[in-house]
Amino acid sequence: MEGTLVTIKLASISLLLGFCLGLPMAFGQVYGNKVIRGIISVYERIARSIPLLVILFLIFYGLPAVGIRIPAFTSSILALGLRGAAYQSQIYRGAIQSVSGSQMRAALSLGMNRLTAFIYVILPQAVRAAIPPIGNEAAIVLKDTSTVYAIGVSELLRQGHYFISTGSDPMTIYLAVAFIYLVMTIFIKGLLALFERKYRIPGIGIEGES
Amino acid sequence: MSKHLLRVENIYKSFGDNDVLRGISFHLDKGETKVIVGPSGTGKSTILSLINMLVPPDKGHIYLEDIDITRTRDVHKIRQNIGFVFQDFGLFNHLTAKGNVMIGLTKVKKMGKKEAEEIAMEELRRVGLENFADQYPAQLSGGQKQRVGIARALAMRPKLILFDEPTSALDPELTGEVLNVMRKLATEGMTMLIVTHEMGFARTVADELIFMEDGVILEQGLPEKLFTNPEHPRTREFLFKLTDLYNEGER
Repeated sequence: MEGTLVTIKLASISLLLGFCLGLPMAFGQVYGNKVIRGIISVYERIARSIPLLVILFLIFYGLPAVGIRIPAFTSSILALGLRGAAYQSQIYRGAIQSVSGSQMRAALSLGMNRLTAFIYVILPQAVRAAIPPIGNEAAIVLKDTSTVYAIGVSELLRQGHYFISTGSDPMTIYLAVAFIYLVMTIFIKGLLALFERKYRIPGIGIEGES
Repeated sequence: MSKHLLRVENIYKSFGDNDVLRGISFHLDKGETKVIVGPSGTGKSTILSLINMLVPPDKGHIYLEDIDITRTRDVHKIRQNIGFVFQDFGLFNHLTAKGNVMIGLTKVKKMGKKEAEEIAMEELRRVGLENFADQYPAQLSGGQKQRVGIARALAMRPKLILFDEPTSALDPELTGEVLNVMRKLATEGMTMLIVTHEMGFARTVADELIFMEDGVILEQGLPEKLFTNPEHPRTREFLFKLTDLYNEGER
């Protein structure tokens, strides 16, 4: 089914967009000045408070009213990515803050500058802290791609719908669609578990194995 | 110009309405071990943070050799000369003991990996942990972690090392191993400024004791004098109370 492919494309591009925007946002929130922090937190609050469908309609149906016309697929990426950035920034912010304090102090005491300390001390630990919540986020975005069905992008769910309209049994088709989502979600989870194992720090137990 | 390694001159520091330090002056010579004691919250740790340039003073100067480090712009360069041992160890959790000792050498001093590794092993041996080089911090006991912390500071070949209550986070049975390492360093001629509540250690190892309360130095001098015949009634009260408390705790 090429709908699956569209779904994967939607999810991965918008996750990437969320990453590209979310990481700098997290940076700004941890190390930025008051103004930067203020702007970012307002954005983040707004993006997290509006239902995805409303964001999507605003971009696809709202913006043409002010003369900006964006194709459905791009609109979908934007909606998912912009919202995802807000969530991802929170994940990275939390991850960075979970290590910062005394580790940064210790790194500075060795004569490192802030950038060196961030790259070699903070980041390697933050990445580990971010892996589980990012897996979660990826699964959420993957499932939420089904929302863009509403503006006519023919992703997995819409394609299923199409089959039904041409006479296939709804139960069978929706079960098949559900199964494909399930498989993809399980795949993400497996991938993340792999990363987690690879970057595990000995002595700090994940799931009690050691 | 002076021959003191470290000179702290008339330092003032407040956080908001809280005047933490109100005119602190003392100096430290090469090879000397000085111990700062005093009740909690009297600014002892703040002094160490100031010397390590983690916070700037409101007033006053600190000289390392003849450089005024409160006015320097070369903060990172100067910090390489000042080791810091933290109460909470501050080990980098994603690195092995050896990695912790090496990282300052490779990333700050830009030393080659092999050379850094040699020095790291040498310093780990010095604190008795050569067999734990490949262990991660989470696999070490508190006392071992702190010894790695000391090895990490030593590896940078600093001119002096600051110790901020290095044993306060340790179980009593583990403080001994850390104090023994510090004692050894003192006899080897390392210059050290130590904030601690270990009175037995202070008494036997310090060349000079500094008693602080409420942001000022009430008394400084030979430990024997402060312990047996202090000039200030508060010194007497504090030291006697603590020695009673920790009696025989240290030998």
